[in-house]
Amino acid sequence: MDRKPLEGIKVLDFCWVAVGPMTTRYLAEYGATVIRVESRKRPETLRRAAPFKDGISGLNRSGYFASYNPNKYGITIDMGHARAKELVLRLVSWANLVTENFTPGTMERWGLGYQDLQAINPAIVMYSTSMLGRGGPMERQPGFGPVLSSLAGLTHITGWPDRDPVNPYGAYTDFIGPRFAVASILAALDYQRRTGKGLHLDMSQLETSLHFTAPFILDCSVNGREQGRRGNRDPGAAPHGAYPCRGEDRWIAIVCQTDEEWQALLELISPVDWDEDRRQQASTLVGRKTVEEDLDKMITDWTGDQDSQELMYTLQDAGVPAGVVNDCRDLFQDPQLVHREHFKFLDHAEIGPYPSDQSEFDLSKTPGSLDTPAPLLGEHTEYALKELVGLSEDEYRSFEDDGVLE
Amino acid sequence: MSNGAGAQELLLSPYRVLDLTGQGGLLCGKLLADLGADVIQVEPPGGSAARNIGPFYQDDVHPEKSLFWWSYAANKRSITLNLETADGRDLLKRLVKSAHFLIESFPPGYMDGLSLGYAGLEAINPELVMVSITPFGSDGPYAHWKAPDIVGMALGGFMYLTGDSDRPPLRVSIPHFHLHGAAAGAAGAMIAHTHRALTGEGQHVDVSCQQAVAKTLAHAPQSWDLEGVILKRMGVFRQTSGDSIVRTCWPCKDGYINYVLQGGSSGVAASTRTLLAWMDEEGLGDKYLNDVNWEELGYGQVRSEIMEKGVAPLIRFFATHTRQELVAASVERRILLFPVATQQDILDHPQLKARDYFQQLHHPELDTTVNYPGLFVKDRHGERISLRRRPPLIGEHNREIYQDELGLTLEQVTALKESGAI
Repeated sequence: MDRKPLEGIKVLDFCWVAVGPMTTRYLAEYGATVIRVESRKRPETLRRAAPFKDGISGLNRSGYFASYNPNKYGITIDMGHARAKELVLRLVSWANLVTENFTPGTMERWGLGYQDLQAINPAIVMYSTSMLGRGGPMERQPGFGPVLSSLAGLTHITGWPDRDPVNPYGAYTDFIGPRFAVASILAALDYQRRTGKGLHLDMSQLETSLHFTAPFILDCSVNGREQGRRGNRDPGAAPHGAYPCRGEDRWIAIVCQTDEEWQALLELISPVDWDEDRRQQASTLVGRKTVEEDLDKMITDWTGDQDSQELMYTLQDAGVPAGVVNDCRDLFQDPQLVHREHFKFLDHAEIGPYPSDQSEFDLSKTPGSLDTPAPLLGEHTEYALKELVGLSEDEYRSFEDDGVLE
Repeated sequence: MSNGAGAQELLLSPYRVLDLTGQGGLLCGKLLADLGADVIQVEPPGGSAARNIGPFYQDDVHPEKSLFWWSYAANKRSITLNLETADGRDLLKRLVKSAHFLIESFPPGYMDGLSLGYAGLEAINPELVMVSITPFGSDGPYAHWKAPDIVGMALGGFMYLTGDSDRPPLRVSIPHFHLHGAAAGAAGAMIAHTHRALTGEGQHVDVSCQQAVAKTLAHAPQSWDLEGVILKRMGVFRQTSGDSIVRTCWPCKDGYINYVLQGGSSGVAASTRTLLAWMDEEGLGDKYLNDVNWEELGYGQVRSEIMEKGVAPLIRFFATHTRQELVAASVERRILLFPVATQQDILDHPQLKARDYFQQLHHPELDTTVNYPGLFVKDRHGERISLRRRPPLIGEHNREIYQDELGLTLEQVTALKESGAI
């Protein structure tokens, strides 16, 4: 089999929940050896999160956990044990990279802060990420992605102007961070290779996420303007929205950014009651902006009894940007996502086949691949410690007998 | 001076990036630039169309004053180059010889049509990592479709899950579709770079923004596959599984806050207990909520019955406090609660201030200094990641790059300028 691009990178991974495991999933997908440390005494949050196979909960049955952790080796260590530090430092001397997303101070409390790691392995790269970063008055403020979106200014700009704001779906900031994290980690490892030096990366998920609202923040900073939520409106296009289609909760997004796109849409709709004055008024973007509500209503009347899929092809063929609003069942059948093999089904011992999403980029010569399902709790403790890290049988037994591997 | 950085080497100092992207890809090069790469934005003569995107500095609609451009072009240098001319393409090929990365976001096939597709560039520089950021990837049934932001957010599955249940699905009121893809481009570029650093072999990285958005849906796809549940948008609530919903967004005395009433792992249940105790202290406690066994509930496992009975007491309590009171108490008591922040709140945020997040860049031609969102990651014991250049003016570095670095003569550069190649 061809060499994967990250083969040889050894990761000691303390990440849990979403933002961290998504980051190390990319590394594992492209060939890094990732040993994920978990605890039997305090199983990680996602192992107890729905969806579960057949709706029955169990530490090895969560599809949420399984989707973020393929290709990784799972080991268990009782971090509260007196010998845990001794074992972890063995792992640190094996690794190029240590990753963690605990509340700041947690690794230090275990005697495993960056300085401690560096004393064992001077070139180690440590990647730490937390809600609000290290230092500052709120470094230990608890939180998680679903509510961080609000502090990052994303909730304030999502929703209808006449209603309460809503959160972008899910733990949205958790899905912004990982790509920045992968680029940063690999830049640090490049620096490590070239110079023999290590470093400690400190990522505040708040600070990273602000790059997704940067133009609005600059607008406030230099112009003093506060931007709010706009529904689906956009200052540079009209019409611009999601319109109902035939069936239950079926929608299509339609946009006219140019006059040509508008003319093509108008030709398809061919409204019988439009006189020359109306056509003239709507022939420019500035004109369309003044009658945007009327346009939305006309389009809604036109799309309402049409099939969303057929309409999307009709519109795109006519040069009008349009896309169906896919729900999560649709995603599995979306022809483009199927073509790109977005979902990879892995066969898990307790869950059976389940989908994990593959990376959103294809590398032409050294593709990544998801090959093995997420580990059962502690599945690889013995294998990883002996075969990957090189503990002797006696050393391994000693940790096991002392109850460190719980 | 070609580099404003201090003496310390940056993480990606040795590497040069040619950034041909427009609106849809600028963030990719910005990310590599912050990590220390020398990123040259290659703009068409007259400047990138991304400079036409508002808002604008002092509301002056001008290509040097686009705040969108400023957000995603800071730290880069700029040259102008017309790919539609043979001279322009020749120049690009000369630049490719010594570049490590080339990033582009043209429609699929455009670069191939100019003989500048990966095959053409590989022949010039086999070590080059070429990154293409497109809505759907470079081939497949949608590859040539138009996909402005809302179309991509719809097809990626995001919108179905966001917004009020009685209204159309929603996007965020600022485009995110291409930003997700552009950030992914940087991750893919660095994976390919790692391989190149070890083997000398370059390659093509083909990014799909649609897939990037489909990866933001948490466990929603798995919920369909494993439990047959199509999760729905529920406004200020979030559906976490078939029979579980949690409210995330709440009004308070002077605005909105985010708080998730739920149990699960120790910290989450403890946060809930702490809030309920605080409500008791103020005489607004609720016996039903106090009696729920939060410690035994799984993450996100709040039955709708609990929500139905729990919302009213919480709304009553939050209504008696301002955002500031709620946030201050939450920091002190360790409750999982954040304000729904406005842009001004963000600029004033004490944690961001304490971490020196915002950084000033001087714009001499405007005789002003601008407060920029700072680094997305910090180098805790060094300065090997940095924000060091204000966004470039159109073709600001033509002379520096064409004459000083490529060694073209003044006569050659003048001829290229007059012919419209640069």
